[in-house]
Amino acid sequence: MTEPGGTTRVAAPPGVPLRQDTVADATATPDREQPYAALGLTADEYARIGATLGRRPTDAELAIYSVMWSEHCSYKSSRKHLRQFAAKAPATDVLLAGIGQNAGVVDVGHGYAVTFKIESHNHPSYVEPFQGAATGVGGIVRDILAMGARPVAVMDSLRFGPADAPDTQRVLPGVVGGISFYGNCLGLPNIGGELAFDPCYLGNPLVNALCVGVLRPEDLKLAAATGPGNQVVLLGSRTGPDGIGGASVLASASFGGSGEGAKRPSVQVGDPFMEKLLVECCLELYHAGLVVGVQDLGAAGVACATTELSAGGGTGMRVALDRVPLRDASLGPAEILMSESQERMMAIVTPANVAPVLSICAKWDVPATVIGEVTDSGRLEMTWHGAPVVDIPPSSAANDGPVYDRPARRPDSQDALASDDAGRLPRPAGPAAASALRADLLLLVGSAEGGDKAWVTEQYDRYVRGDTVLAMPHDAGLLRIDAETGLGVALATDGNGRYCHLDPYAGTQLALAEAHRNVAASGARPLAVTNCLNFGSPEDPAVMWQFTEAVRGLADGCQQLGVPVTGGNVSFYNQTGPTAIRPTPVVGVLGVHDDVRRRVPSGFGLPDAAIVLLGHTRAEFGGSLWAWLRHGHLGGRPPAVDLAAERSLADVLVAAAAEQLVATAHDLSDGGLAMALAEACLTGGTGCAVTLPGDAATFLFSESAARVIVAVRPGSELAFRQLCATNGVPATDIGQTGGTALEIAGWFSVPLAELADLHGSALPALFG
Amino acid sequence: MPSFVVNVMLKPEIHDPQGDAIASACHRLGFPQVASVRQGKRFVIEVSEPASEQRIAELAAELLANPVIEEFSVHPA
Repeated sequence: MTEPGGTTRVAAPPGVPLRQDTVADATATPDREQPYAALGLTADEYARIGATLGRRPTDAELAIYSVMWSEHCSYKSSRKHLRQFAAKAPATDVLLAGIGQNAGVVDVGHGYAVTFKIESHNHPSYVEPFQGAATGVGGIVRDILAMGARPVAVMDSLRFGPADAPDTQRVLPGVVGGISFYGNCLGLPNIGGELAFDPCYLGNPLVNALCVGVLRPEDLKLAAATGPGNQVVLLGSRTGPDGIGGASVLASASFGGSGEGAKRPSVQVGDPFMEKLLVECCLELYHAGLVVGVQDLGAAGVACATTELSAGGGTGMRVALDRVPLRDASLGPAEILMSESQERMMAIVTPANVAPVLSICAKWDVPATVIGEVTDSGRLEMTWHGAPVVDIPPSSAANDGPVYDRPARRPDSQDALASDDAGRLPRPAGPAAASALRADLLLLVGSAEGGDKAWVTEQYDRYVRGDTVLAMPHDAGLLRIDAETGLGVALATDGNGRYCHLDPYAGTQLALAEAHRNVAASGARPLAVTNCLNFGSPEDPAVMWQFTEAVRGLADGCQQLGVPVTGGNVSFYNQTGPTAIRPTPVVGVLGVHDDVRRRVPSGFGLPDAAIVLLGHTRAEFGGSLWAWLRHGHLGGRPPAVDLAAERSLADVLVAAAAEQLVATAHDLSDGGLAMALAEACLTGGTGCAVTLPGDAATFLFSESAARVIVAVRPGSELAFRQLCATNGVPATDIGQTGGTALEIAGWFSVPLAELADLHGSALPALFG
Repeated sequence: MPSFVVNVMLKPEIHDPQGDAIASACHRLGFPQVASVRQGKRFVIEVSEPASEQRIAELAAELLANPVIEEFSVHPA
């Protein structure tokens, strides 16, 4: 047992062979066969390790390279393309830390900075939905903690197979349960996200978790081990065999040399109470000025933290791996390096501060152990009971891994897809048009895709910590940062696999535009972007084409909207057999709200307010929810992207909120105006009477972008109209709020009670 | 009536935070010699007519245990 706060010297337990593959062995037996392929390395990559070291790697070194050069850690297939985010980044003076750090940090003024990031946990959530999703939350929270920030909220972007599929019945409740368990126990509000269904996610659900944290700019921490002589302290849970199989491997029983049982791929189990202690402990260490550098332990565990910290500091590091406190005494060096045990952090501390650090850790019941020290050797050296088992240049593992320019080719099938125009789909017409339009609205409102997500979101604590201003079902999550000034931040995530399937470049820009619009609808000024790029196998040229188009679309889009990408995550190999998921980049946008007391909700609350439709409506049904649900159709072109219009629209929304001209703003996206009106009525509990200014089916169900509905505060109509005119934003009066029905004049009316019943029962009917 | 006992435990390699929490409570309560605790579940199942252990095992795998992270054993009570 490790004494909390004490240092631990681990004697080799009986039964564990002390004999490990040492650096001397590697030199003496250059031709020993090593299971590099089983570890996921190619022959070329294995040869490259040999060339770097001038000898074959030891088993422990091979473990480090195999995880650090994995797609997940090295971004080897995506790195070349991701450079566009920096190259095309718009000029900004708010970015304090950007791509390459654990998370991006933006200055939001009044002496505050905010850090946020979204990351995937797709595969673990399929294997074991509850723990997979729970540890996804834990992992992203530690990323935010590693920047020196207090985590203040989380969000989740979830995609599953068809809602009525048996496996969705297994996966969805587990994922939602895991997120609520971890987040609720940890005491973080869950303020938004997405829930979508599509057959392409049946064997590969998407679970993307976002966390946001707040810090003072001067408290920013970087992952750098500086100052030779400084001590390396491992904080948090003891290390077990968790997640070693996640690196795809150790399937080989001969690997590691600890005999049978050396390989135990096992599910990671999250412990939110330990995470809470870790958060409070780290924040106290930061505020006491006791930490020189810090890194969370996520994928690739100790291997990742030690290589990235020493590479980040341009230093070396000496680590005694046998000092890592273990939950399972039979683990050897390779397994310790690859373990993904949860709730661990690594801190760099000056020798004089070790005692106070250990004492603060003891106070929080957080085990803490000095496992090594920073050196000026430029080498990462590790020993196992005194014998050298690792001796590598840290940047060769952390930064200088292989980079691939994988072939990308637009599949010929895109042409047929594009020519399958959704405009040809039959729309309600003739004498039965009115009842058909009504039926189509109810189909959307009562579907799993369009239905009320409360069954999910009510399992999350949305208001703990007391600073949540807006959460689901509003367009964006809005948090108060500073009670005195009302300073706040808004966050929204969006993605649309259907649009991206039709055109990954435009589809990604539409996801960006929607998140941007959602943030602006709350009254916040969009400031920065994070992204989680979910794709199939990069070894498939068609997938690689989708990926390159999506990255190019996002980089170009961010440039035009003037919001930089601050960081993110790439998740490849999301496929079932040879079939990839639809390309699904999820884009998160963060905005600053100058005064959350002037927030704009998405529901109609005020009666007799003029409803104004902002933006142009065209007959755009390609990829729409209506085409998908009503006709099972996915083809043609996604809606046109107009980022200049999005920017003007956001300017109007932010100014309208500041001047308190509007009582409601709700963005138009899936399901078009029909869904937007239904949601605004149900969220606010107030009906509306609307007159469509043109073709009914087009105005109800088209998904033209850059559109929002607002309810103007009575008396502010003129000022609002002038604001729109000044910014060149088309504004069409379409009706009034009030009453207890959603009425489309001349066509149909639906009592809110009927609408609420359909909308509210969609998910409970499926998931109980 | 015949009955069975089903014991469900996390697999040995799976992290057991509840067990760890109990172990540290033991230390606080003056049992420093407790080295570790693993926590599980025990079900007692009565059957109205004879059933094979195999059938009860099927039930355990379907409902009582999560075979991804847990293991179980079935015994006649």
